[in-house]
Amino acid sequence: MTRVLTVENLNIGFRSEGRELPVVHDVSFTLEAGKTLALVGESGSGKSVTSLGIMRLLPPPPQSRARGKIILHSDEDIDLLSISEARMRRLRGDRIAMIFQEPLTSLNPVYTIGDQIIEAIRSHRAISARKARERAVELIDQVGIPDAAARLTTYPHELSGGMRQRIMIAIALALEPEILIADEPTTALDVTVQAQIIDLLRRLQAETGMAMLFITHDFGVVADIADRTIVMYAGQMVEHGQTEAVLETPLMPYTSGLMRAVPELETAGLNQGELQSIEGFVPNPASLPNGCAFHPRCTHTLSGICDVPPVPFEDAGNGHLVRCKRWQSILENAE
Amino acid sequence: MLRFTLYRLGHSVLLLFLVSLIGYTILHLAPGGPLSQYALSPGMSQAELNQIAERMGLNRPIPIQYLDWLSSFLVGDWGESFRDGRAVLSVISGHLFATILLVLSSSVISIGLGTLVGVLGATRRYSAWDYLATVGAMIALSIPTFWFGLVAIYVFALRLDWFPSGNMYSIGDESFLDYVHHLVMPSLVLALVNVAIWSRYMRSSMLDVIGQDFVRTAKAKGVSGRRVLYGHVIRNALIPMITLAGIQLPMLLSGALVTETVFTWPGIGRLFLDSLGYNDYPVIMGVLMFTAIFVLLGNLIADILVAIADPRVRLE
Ligand SMILES: Nc1ncnc2c1ncn2[C@@H]1O[C@H](COP(=O)(O)OP(=O)(O)O)[C@@H](O)[C@H]1O
Ligand code: SF4
Ligand SMILES: [Mg+2]
Repeated sequence: MTRVLTVENLNIGFRSEGRELPVVHDVSFTLEAGKTLALVGESGSGKSVTSLGIMRLLPPPPQSRARGKIILHSDEDIDLLSISEARMRRLRGDRIAMIFQEPLTSLNPVYTIGDQIIEAIRSHRAISARKARERAVELIDQVGIPDAAARLTTYPHELSGGMRQRIMIAIALALEPEILIADEPTTALDVTVQAQIIDLLRRLQAETGMAMLFITHDFGVVADIADRTIVMYAGQMVEHGQTEAVLETPLMPYTSGLMRAVPELETAGLNQGELQSIEGFVPNPASLPNGCAFHPRCTHTLSGICDVPPVPFEDAGNGHLVRCKRWQSILENAE
Repeated sequence: MLRFTLYRLGHSVLLLFLVSLIGYTILHLAPGGPLSQYALSPGMSQAELNQIAERMGLNRPIPIQYLDWLSSFLVGDWGESFRDGRAVLSVISGHLFATILLVLSSSVISIGLGTLVGVLGATRRYSAWDYLATVGAMIALSIPTFWFGLVAIYVFALRLDWFPSGNMYSIGDESFLDYVHHLVMPSLVLALVNVAIWSRYMRSSMLDVIGQDFVRTAKAKGVSGRRVLYGHVIRNALIPMITLAGIQLPMLLSGALVTETVFTWPGIGRLFLDSLGYNDYPVIMGVLMFTAIFVLLGNLIADILVAIADPRVRLE
């Protein structure tokens, strides 16, 4: 297994009213070639900030600040947080690419899709316009859009959301990156299109061997795509393990809560009990609860225990990590 | 494209008709009238006045006069000036060059400078520069054009003697540089308000686009910062500015009227004010119709340019 990216103790904060407000806390994980890591959590839990932090696409300091290490492994190790913006620009799109949640607004409305694919290629490679155009046709074909050559002169508004997301994928794959970050790429699409895009991403990953960081708030798609899964809550990793392990024996009450909200898992036999969503909301980063950030919403919470820091991120065996003070007793009671 | 243009032309013709009707009505409802000028001459008898009115067709009912004016207007006969009997169209065209020179040069200044100030304000948001530009624009917008004009004349013409205080050229010179020398102050004074407006709109349009998802996509592709700014941000931020330019056209012409008066600039605005003083109805109506056509044409061109600049705009 080839490790392509190591994220170590990534902390990200935003400047707000003269203070720095931490939004992502001590996130650590690795990405491996040909494998997919899912990042799951409700909206507002810090998934996008984490991924934009890796791309260094957050507002520049002092508006936001990222600490820790993001190591891109290749011939030499490159710490993305310590290189210049010029060097980072050359890596973006070339070695690490990203697609987004909003296919309808992610393409520039005034340029043809051909021009937008070609721009990605020519930002990194000094090749002729004709060569770049040939490559663009190849890419459009590769993402499953028929009649590729004729699509070069199409404008984004002439395409459906699903088609536009395919174009975004074509742009992301243009330079054969080692890493693709997909931030909720199917959330804005309807269910059938969602399944097609996930199939496409899986197929392309098999063809290219790229590592994928797949972000979603929907546990339903995790089983389909991810080798390993991280559950995130209030900017922290709260569970991390092999996807089967997380799905079959979720250790953190938040994870089980998320799974109970997904109808697809029930039919797959992974989801016992009735369909229900977790009550309450993700806390505001400015006022995180003491101790376990999830304790005001947790059905297993015990005062005097859950609301007292620290809450360590423990190994429950076989690299299955959990941040919950009561995971053992909850597991015993369930058995 | 053709259908769109034809449709818009039809629209414009209807608007022009309404403008002429309203203009004509207001003009004739206003007290005074062309005869009051003749009535001032000593020894003018009522009988003579009636004769003049008859000759000028002023004793007929106003709707008839209007229809008469309209039918001649439609075949290109805009009437003769009451003042000197010259054809209205040739009176207007005699003042046209001066106004076009003024409006064009001041538009180039306001669009160029306004865009620059707006772009810098948006890319260096909350900097000392942005703050300065904001305050400057507020000052420029809160002080009337004629005041700026008079102060400019006092300081730069009378006290410092850098620029002439009025007119388009010096008699006996009329070289290119002479024209430029005369043009500097009026075009800058006229541009001032428009630089302020344009830069404000450009700044907010830029900030709008900077926050768009496709700009993030461009950065994620590894496009260079400069290309993101020019190719993606400014390119999109300018689209609403084209419409703004069309909308601003009447404002620009009213500004030109004031500027021409302050700087004794021999343009259409001056002609209009002079003609009002003389109750020269044919020339007043002529200038009104001419500026209305100019504004409508400007807006039509703006709409066509927007359609060219923005592929999402459907022309059907
Ligand atoms: N540019 C920003 N400035 C300040 N706070 C931000 C910014 N972007 C995101 N946040 C905050 O960071 C937290 C995590 O947001 P995000 O990563 O977008 O969540 P999600 O998991 O839904 O992708 C939220 O509380 C959000 O308000
Ligand atoms: S620590 Fe307590 S509150 Fe937090 S998830 Fe575990 S049981 Fe629930
Ligand atoms: Mg998000």
